[in-house]
Amino acid sequence: MQKTGAQILIECLLKEKADVVFGYPGGQVIPIFDAIYGSPLHFILSRHEQGAAHMADGYARSTGRVGVCLATSGPGATNLVTGLATAFMDSIPVVAITGQVPTHLIGNDAFQEADITGITRPVTKHNFLVKDIKDLARTIREAFYIASTGRQGPVLVDIPSDVQRAVTEFIWPENIEIRSYKPVQHGHPGQIKKVADAINESKQPVLYTGGGIISSGAYKEVIELAEKADIPVTNTLLSLGSFPQDHRLFLGMLGMHGTCYANNAVQNADLIIAIGARFDDRVTGKVDAFAKKAKIAHIDIDPTSISKSISADIPVVGDAKTVLAELIKNVKKNSHKEWLEAIGKWKKSNPLSYKNDEKLRPQYVIDCITKLTKGEAIVTTEVGQNQMWAAQFYKTNRPRNFISSGGLGTMGYGFPAAIGAKLANPKKQVIDIAGDGSIQMNIQELATAVLNNINVKVIILNNHYLGMVRQWQEFFWGKRYSGVCLMKGSGCPDKCNKPQSKKCFTYVPDFVKIAEAYGAVGLRCKNKKDVISTLRKTLSLNKTVFAEFIVEQEENVFPMVPAGKPLDEVMTSLA
Amino acid sequence: MRHTISVLVENKFGVLARISTLFAARGFNIDSLAVGETENPDVSSMTIIVRGNDRILEQVEKQLNKLIDIIKVIDFKATKHVERELALMKVKVDKSNRTEVLQIVKTFRAKIIDVSQSSVIIEITGKEEKVNALINMIKPFGVKELSRTGIIAMGRG
Ligand SMILES: Cc1ncc(C[n+]2csc(CCOP(=O)(O)OP(=O)(O)O)c2C)c(N)n1
Repeated sequence: MQKTGAQILIECLLKEKADVVFGYPGGQVIPIFDAIYGSPLHFILSRHEQGAAHMADGYARSTGRVGVCLATSGPGATNLVTGLATAFMDSIPVVAITGQVPTHLIGNDAFQEADITGITRPVTKHNFLVKDIKDLARTIREAFYIASTGRQGPVLVDIPSDVQRAVTEFIWPENIEIRSYKPVQHGHPGQIKKVADAINESKQPVLYTGGGIISSGAYKEVIELAEKADIPVTNTLLSLGSFPQDHRLFLGMLGMHGTCYANNAVQNADLIIAIGARFDDRVTGKVDAFAKKAKIAHIDIDPTSISKSISADIPVVGDAKTVLAELIKNVKKNSHKEWLEAIGKWKKSNPLSYKNDEKLRPQYVIDCITKLTKGEAIVTTEVGQNQMWAAQFYKTNRPRNFISSGGLGTMGYGFPAAIGAKLANPKKQVIDIAGDGSIQMNIQELATAVLNNINVKVIILNNHYLGMVRQWQEFFWGKRYSGVCLMKGSGCPDKCNKPQSKKCFTYVPDFVKIAEAYGAVGLRCKNKKDVISTLRKTLSLNKTVFAEFIVEQEENVFPMVPAGKPLDEVMTSLA
Repeated sequence: MRHTISVLVENKFGVLARISTLFAARGFNIDSLAVGETENPDVSSMTIIVRGNDRILEQVEKQLNKLIDIIKVIDFKATKHVERELALMKVKVDKSNRTEVLQIVKTFRAKIIDVSQSSVIIEITGKEEKVNALINMIKPFGVKELSRTGIIAMGRG
């Protein structure tokens, strides 16, 4: 049948089972919006293209399916960049469709022209400019295929408006074959055998698992391997939830704000089995001092991840789930009693904790969220202290329940990501844990949430500061709080370190009123004794809620390994 | 360490930009780059000369392999291969030194492909060192223009 390019695009999206598309219109995508009108495609209008990209990302992270966003040419497309970079750093499958000026104007500095394939080249797995309508269907198919296979990632397809309007026979390419793209699935049997031998011989092994466990769905395999060979497990920020929190072998998160016992275990291990993890510098600390006594086995679908920062003794390229299934067959049943006892002692002497006094501390709020939701809610986070506390104290046993911007650390990510996650999981409770700084970066998406009856909860841990930066200034820059006070106004003294000062503004913005202005519910809690009741109310309402908790202003995230220090040089308090 | 890398790529627009972005983003300097169609018009071949230690080069190779439009990457480090470069140079000559220039050109088995009152154009193909050697010999006469293609390489056998 003859169809326009825009109609073909919609057909393709439906065939790819993209049941929700997030986006924003403009001059060079009107044909696509015209084709959406009356089509079965569920379209969600965001209030900023960055919001749309993060929504698609949250949709993808919470389901494992490809998230789709759509923007017009020029500023619409460039507004997607942070969202694409966020998805790229964390290997999240997203397909972004952008409009482009008509082919005959490309390269002419036409109105709202941007070389978006050029701009997004470093932050996408691949991108396309479709110059001929005959290539459109195949390109969309390839985009979904590339985004969702191998090491997953965002793919952008730029479609000039004349291609959207052109007409051709719609032919759906059932099969795709990209000569130059053949992701490896199965690991090399010889290498897997080597890893198994190393595990069988090891006295002090540690499993270090990353986001690859989630994307390949290798949760059961990790548990099986850990239990069979009796190996303790540490998760990165991106794999939290993939291993049961209450399991005797679980060490919690490792790295800069990881648990002391996870970091100790890594530093004292004789074997590290890294799976679907990329030795991020927030994880390794000082590279030369990382796990010095350990042999490193590294399983990853992406060969470029292997030996990039830490050289691997036994590299295995392949999909985590497939490789683990093979590995488990070759691993002997074992027990590491002494090693686990040593770790048990570290757990006892340095547990993950906070001061549980009468003050309203942010960790307590998150603790209560875990209690009230039993860890069954999907939690997204913003970036900063709120994110690290959420990682430490929101305890979920389910993969795809903890969603956070790890690699890029994007403030403003959590709220739109929560909206995307809620649309994909309408029956689940979805909560964004936010800082007062981060939430202001994409606060406009309140309109998207309210108007579409998207019942997400935003827990704002309001410390009146860009808390994480303030923490660094406190620890390492002589407490010079430069540019981090969110209450600083023109009447404030030049230099101010007095967060308790009576003269300070109280609520800017007034989050309760902001919520109300958008038609959402705003709640405020100032005392510890009211936390549970405020949270109960927040969770019980079938509406978008902003619940603001006025927390201790100078609370810090501990433990902390200062940037560039070895993992065992850890600060547990400001002594 | 100097590496000669040969890359087979899909003959599509933007591929060269992808490759140069990859090098630039990691702070590598490309010493030489030559691109041309292969026996298959859908496929282009690139020869890239880069310097760097083996660990860095291993990353470069892996990163290249990861690009979707790249079909094959070969580092000729361990393989027997031939390398050639083509250079054109316009050299100032007059009656007094013309024979001397011709003599040098002959020794190098290069060619004169254009002659005028005051200059000649010399064409040479060969290994990079041979091209350099000829240029050094010719320099004292006065090189007005020099243009080199960059190196291309092919495995032996
Ligand atoms: C878009 C963006 N800009 C700047 C930063 C740098 N940054 C990291 S954490 C942080 C402070 C976050 O403050 P807030 O959202 O209030 O959270 P808190 O740390 O107080 O919990 C900043 C500015 C960032 N990560 N992202």
